[in-house]
Order: sequence, then structure tokens, then C-alpha cells
Amino acid sequence: MTKDSNIKRSKAIGKHLHFNSSYIEPNIDPHLREILQKVSDPEIPVLTVLDLGVIREAIEIDNVIHIKLTPTYSGCPAMDVLGDDLKTVFSTIGKEVEVKLVLSPAWSTDWISEEGLQKMEAYGIARPLSESLDKEALIGNARVVKCTNCGSRNTKKISQFGSTACKALFQCEDCQEPFDYFKCLK
Amino acid sequence: MNKESLYDYILTIADNCLILGQRLGELCGHGPSLETDIAGTNISLDLIGQTRSFYQYAADIEGKGKTEDDIAFLRLEKDYKNCLLVEQPNDHFGYVIGRQYLWDTFYLLFLNELQNSSDETLSAIAKKGIKEVSYHRRFSGDWVKRLGDGSEESHLKMQEVVNGLWPYVDELFDMTGVSKELIKQGIAVDLSKLRETYFKQVSALLEEATLEVPERKYFVYGGKKGVHSEYFGYLLSDLQYMQRTYPNMTW
Repeated sequence: MTKDSNIKRSKAIGKHLHFNSSYIEPNIDPHLREILQKVSDPEIPVLTVLDLGVIREAIEIDNVIHIKLTPTYSGCPAMDVLGDDLKTVFSTIGKEVEVKLVLSPAWSTDWISEEGLQKMEAYGIARPLSESLDKEALIGNARVVKCTNCGSRNTKKISQFGSTACKALFQCEDCQEPFDYFKCLK
Repeated sequence: MNKESLYDYILTIADNCLILGQRLGELCGHGPSLETDIAGTNISLDLIGQTRSFYQYAADIEGKGKTEDDIAFLRLEKDYKNCLLVEQPNDHFGYVIGRQYLWDTFYLLFLNELQNSSDETLSAIAKKGIKEVSYHRRFSGDWVKRLGDGSEESHLKMQEVVNGLWPYVDELFDMTGVSKELIKQGIAVDLSKLRETYFKQVSALLEEATLEVPERKYFVYGGKKGVHSEYFGYLLSDLQYMQRTYPNMTW
């Protein structure tokens, strides 16, 4: 494929990259944001719980922080760890935490912040594509996932399942680097 | 609403996820290739996660202070309500894939209905599960096609798998454990309504995989009544070993 057609293709793909279609704003007390930013996903440490969008509610009532946490995937082992980490971080400022796990509405990759997506890419995990492109990429019909190493889209799926439930494994055909792709979940 | 019948109903769903999750977990480190090994364990993880949500809810409903772990680990063989299909042994990879596809197709149809349940918790678990199970079905369906329409040997083996597992599929639609009252209240799914679509979808995929759809001569039932195949006792002893040997141990 020529460079020109690569660019055209990238532009066409760019049109699909709107990540706010099923976005739902969480209810978080502004004064809790700073401390919540200190809690990271144990599997993807560059992402905070706020970047991931797994905190659906965080409010303070009578010195107790009430948090509603939603799992990315039903069996995600990170959730138990996150619950403990939230308790630990708030205990440093002498606050008690009540964590409640909520399933509905179900978490979507649309809830990852733009800043989170950028950090994820810099960390070596390709960002989720739109639902239709995601399907094409995973079936192997289209080469659209961007290599986190060299930026080429000449990449192929190696494995539908990756190192965690939320990722698939890809490899770049230009620089040969294997990398994780964060699957679209809607 | 009758608490007991809702509790039983949740187990008739969740026990399938637990037992299939356990079967897939057995493959951890033993898959035929790294990719399929990871796939099996990832699917297992999703299923166990769904099991936890179901069991937590069941424990709440029962209100006797039990936990999800009590329900998973401390019941006797006859108390598990999973269907016979999901407890069938891994044997070879074809069986793993065939069993998975026959289950995924049913489970996705089922969850699609359960998401409309008048019970909010069941509906929420279903909505979450649909996203995961669609992905599982894509994986297992692709492999059925690849093996069925693959080499002469893989074709023969896959046909043997389909024939071997076929007697267990009709139990998926058996209404044991689903009270009429729960269906009337819009809580439970009327399984008989899924049967036709199920056989249509499975037949279409088998055809695409150049496999023959077995003629339905007889079916086996029992799991949902707690009457399991011989394999089940061995599976359960693996699953429960730690809790039975060292009661209440945690790690």
C-alpha cells in the first residue's frame, strides 16, 4: 500500500473515532477527584480509575465516602484489588469508604477518557476502535489497528484473547512488534 | 414472589457458568496452542465472573448469611443444577470447541431474553454478559468452521464431536427449575421459545462448516434435576478439594 492511500485510509478511519456516543457522566464530588486520581488499574498502571470510567459515583456523606464501582468485564480480577486500593488511599486521609459494585449500566470503552486513551497508547496498548471497525479488525478483514510502536496500520490479529479479558493480541507487519489492542466493548 | 423458586432459578442459570468455567479452567497451561490456551482461560474468567454476580444475588435472596463461595464450593453433587452438556470432559480440543459453541449459541439467545427480565439484577447481569458471550460465540463458531471445513482428519473428528454432544443439547430447553409463576411475572425466560431459533442457528453454522446436522433420535436429560454424568463427581472433587480439606481457608 502506498503512503498516500495509507493517509487517506487513516483519515477515513479518523471519522469513526468518536468515543462519546454512549458516554454517561459519572456523579463524582469534585473535591474527591484529586485523591481518586491516585488509584490506578493494577493491570494497566498508567490508567487511573477516573481515566477508565469505572467509578460511577463518589460522594461524601457524613465523613464516609460512598463509591459505586462498575467492572470492565464480569470476571475482571482488578475489581477486588481496586476496592481495596480505594479503601487504602482514603484511609490515609482518615476517611472511611463504602464500595458498592454496580453492573448496570454496563461499562463501555466509550467511558475511557481521551487522556486515558492517550496514556494507554503511550504505554503500548492500542486504543479501541469503533464497533464496526473493531469487528473487521478482529475477524481479520481489515488492517486498521494502529501499531503502538511505529504507528502503521498494517497490523494483524495474532490472538482474539490477550493477556487480560479486555485485550486482544496484534502484531505490526511493518516493524514486526507485537502489541496489545484494547477491544471495543459497547 | 416466592424466594425459594427465584433462588433455584438463579442456580439453574449460574451452575452452568460455574461448571463450564471450571472445565475451561482445567485447560490452563494445557491448551493446544498459546492462543487457544489464553482463549479458554479468558472465557472461563468471564463465566466465573458472571457466576459470582449470580451467586451473590442468590445468597442475598436466600438471606441466610451465605456467601457466593458457600454456594460454589459447599453443595453436594445432586444440588448442582447445571445441564449435562457443560460438564462433559475436555477429551480433545474438538470437544472443547464443540461444547463451547453449542453452549454459547444457547446462552447468548438466553441472555438476550433475560435482559428484558422484570428482575433488575438479573437484567443487569444479562446485559453485561451479552457483551462477553457474543465474543465467546464468535471464537467458538470460527473454530467449529475451521475444524469442520479443515483437513480430512479434523473434519472427521469434528463430526464425531457434534454427534457425541448432540444428545445433550435438548436439555438446554428443559424447563426443570423454572417455575411457571416466575415466567408469568416476567422474571424467568420461557426456554421453549428459544428452541427453534437455536436449532436454526446451529444447523446453519454446521452446514457452513461442512458438517452434518445429526438427526434427532433421542436426547439425555438429568443435570437440571441434579442427576449428573459420572464425569461430574470427578470435576466436583477437583473444584471443592481445598474447601473440603481445609474448611474456610482463604488466600
